Amino acid sequence: MVVDQLSDAEVDRLFQAFADATRRDIVRRVTVGEYSVSGLAALYAMSFAAVQKHVAVLERASLVTKEKRGREQVVRGNHEGLQRARRLLDEYEAIWRQRAERIADILAEG
Amino acid sequence: MPVISSTKNLEALSFTLVAEFDAGVERVWQIWEDPRQLERWWGPPNYPATFDRFDFQPGGAAGYYMTTPEGEKPRGWWRFTAIDAPRKLEFDDGFADESGAPVDAMGIAHAVVDLEDIGGRTRMTIMSTFESEEQMEEVMKMGMEEGMREAAGQIDAVLTEHSHA
Repeated sequence: MVVDQLSDAEVDRLFQAFADATRRDIVRRVTVGEYSVSGLAALYAMSFAAVQKHVAVLERASLVTKEKRGREQVVRGNHEGLQRARRLLDEYEAIWRQRAERIADILAEG
Repeated sequence: MPVISSTKNLEALSFTLVAEFDAGVERVWQIWEDPRQLERWWGPPNYPATFDRFDFQPGGAAGYYMTTPEGEKPRGWWRFTAIDAPRKLEFDDGFADESGAPVDAMGIAHAVVDLEDIGGRTRMTIMSTFESEEQMEEVMKMGMEEGMREAAGQIDAVLTEHSHA
């Protein structure tokens, strides 16, 4: 179980990746279908280079994959990386579920 | 099992949990209002919380520390932003330094607690929204650590059982 956990550095990268609205939007889009970097750049009021930078941050956090195809760079959601992000929220949920159990125990005392 | 649903929203950085308890709203309110009851459930058994400041009124602050298995005492703070007994409680929470002073002015998360009467029982809804992603990251790291310790304890218990079998 413990070997399955993320290292601190991985967690840092993951949450840095989610720390920006554009990056979250990119993740949402490429999870549904693949986009080229230029296709993504056309969606936002920012330069191609800026979008490319966002994609690189997401790639380092293992949330997307980037693949060269001809002259295009194709971006896709990294299912495994997203599941790990999910797992972090699961941990938080576990904390609150345990709290709710403890509250129920206290209330049961009367 | 008191928890009936939980919703996680990665994009809104929020978490909502709904739990129902076999007790009236006034009774459930006490587990928030009374620091002696609060500290019995806020931290896990191996990470107990001790509230040494508890000014339960709008604008009031609370301070607590958790005692780790290694004997360390990381501190946290709350600031109550809205209290409407016995139905609604809102507060910010964050980390504090050794003296109890907030490390971050903004807080880490904003919690909204709603208690609703459902025929003598109580439905409690907690919505926790993180102020920023950096702060969410910090909480997750602490939460993960807590979760890992909890899991490790459970594994230990299972292993102990097996060695006796």
